[in-house]
Amino acid sequence: MPELRELYQELILDHGKRPRNFGKLEGANCQANGYNPLCGDKITVYVNVDDNIIQDLRFEGVGCAISTASASLMTEKCKGKSLQEAETLFHLFHELLTGEVGEESAAELGKLSVFSGVKEFPVRVKCATLPWHTFRSALQGIGEVVIKE
Amino acid sequence: MIPSGTTSQVRMPASEPLSAFNVWRVREDFPILKTQVYGKPLVYLDNAATSQKPQGVLDALNRFYAQECANVHRGLHWLSELATQDYEDARVKVQRFLGAAEAREIIFVRGATEAINLVAHSYGRKYVQAGDEILITAMEHHSNIVPWQILCQEQGARLRVAPINDAGELILEEFQKLLNSRTRLVAVGHVSNALGTVNPVRQIIQMAHNHNIPVLVDGAQAVPHLKVNVQELDCDFYAFSGHKFYGPTGVGVLYGKVRWLEEMPPYQGGGDMISAVTFEKTTYNSLPYKFEAGTPHIAGGIGLGAAVDYVSEVGLNQIAAYEHELLAYAARQVSRIPGLRIIGTAREKAGVISFVLEGLHPHDIGTILDREGIAVRAGHHCAMPVMERFGVPATTRASFACYNTQEEVDALVAGIQKVQEVLA
Ligand SMILES: Cc1ncc(COP(=O)(O)O)c(C=O)c1O
Repeated sequence: MPELRELYQELILDHGKRPRNFGKLEGANCQANGYNPLCGDKITVYVNVDDNIIQDLRFEGVGCAISTASASLMTEKCKGKSLQEAETLFHLFHELLTGEVGEESAAELGKLSVFSGVKEFPVRVKCATLPWHTFRSALQGIGEVVIKE
Repeated sequence: MIPSGTTSQVRMPASEPLSAFNVWRVREDFPILKTQVYGKPLVYLDNAATSQKPQGVLDALNRFYAQECANVHRGLHWLSELATQDYEDARVKVQRFLGAAEAREIIFVRGATEAINLVAHSYGRKYVQAGDEILITAMEHHSNIVPWQILCQEQGARLRVAPINDAGELILEEFQKLLNSRTRLVAVGHVSNALGTVNPVRQIIQMAHNHNIPVLVDGAQAVPHLKVNVQELDCDFYAFSGHKFYGPTGVGVLYGKVRWLEEMPPYQGGGDMISAVTFEKTTYNSLPYKFEAGTPHIAGGIGLGAAVDYVSEVGLNQIAAYEHELLAYAARQVSRIPGLRIIGTAREKAGVISFVLEGLHPHDIGTILDREGIAVRAGHHCAMPVMERFGVPATTRASFACYNTQEEVDALVAGIQKVQEVLA
């Protein structure tokens, strides 16, 4: 069970059950839908970008604890960040889930480091990255992302 | 242990009481069931995805490759004759098992999916024209939806879908209403892989035949669990996969009535399906070879024959009765869990319990059960319209085979309780 506890940490369970920034963002100037056909997870990410800064960021959809928590913590983390900072976080988060990240990166990821346990569950990596891919697509003006196997 | 190739020690007279089915003895035949995962005994409850294989099937595969590997229908040499004989014997085993009138009505294909695609391609392009209709049900597997969609798109035909009720049963009155003079084919699942519903196919076929409409039955989830007799059903086509029936992957069966198979054009062109080729004209081979272009999955066919032997030896009626009890037990135990809702509560069910747990996503449930050594499926089960119908994104599905035990059901229940604990 240690890996399970590593995966389902308090913070993840909390955000999985009570996601922050959940619900439609009225007047969003970017948005995208993400879909993971393997498990049926669906997410819509709404972003308001102004002056190169993510002014506001919300999401809605249905997903597992991992994807919901990931979306929730992502919105908390990225609000107020510049587009470049968000892009850096996207890559750091990806590294966290697929390999080792250094201390400096871990510090930068902050709370997001809680997802490091997902590494041990390769089939669940996509759950955690779906919100991020969707977010990135929204910023790039791509309306749909489907995570493939 | 059931020795392959002999039946004397295990054939049970039909009159023998149910207790004669000894699940522990059956388990001995499946080497994989001794596997430990994460240090725990494997509890394999994903049989609707694929079943495990008994030693007799493994031996048949090995024997083919080790002792009689040759191409079929092509060589004059000893090995080729041996391989051909075994491959054709397997066809006869399947024929008898399905109660088909003739062996040439049994076409070996890759699986249920290919069987359905064959009919959609061959029957479909010949008989389905613009304005015609194909009728399916709302509980079909994607493999009994998408080939018809493709056909309908190409021919300008229309796909009609008969609805199901909240229990996951086909609404027969609605089905009846959808049958009309434009309906060219009914394609219906015998047992739903997402809900476990057993459809009244006999009745469905009669209803369709009253309108002179042929019926294809997708039996992928039926053949492992209940006795099928295609002549009694009077179905026009019957499709199933070997791998869900204790047989190898990559082989399956399309049964078709001779009258249709004779009239239908070939599905693929190539070797074996011809009797004479010139650049001007090709004469097609006779049935079933007309539909078996290229070198088939010879070992697979022989392995499927061994699976038929195995199931016949254990006794499908015994298996059906045992699984029926096990499923009832599982439904009782599982439905006691607070917050759990079973999706698919048809009166007639086989093999499957699909459920949702309040506030918990199937994917998380699947991961935690996995760490308990319990293999279930979490997802949409290739039946997204069914998920939509029940307003859930996905379910967790436990599906049973003849080697599952009450103890494994108890392990599942304990596992679900663990899920609730971990995710609380
Ligand atoms: C009801 C049903 N039909 C068809 C299929 C397709 O079988 P295969 O993937 O072996 O071709 C399945 C497999 O999941 C099924 O459950």
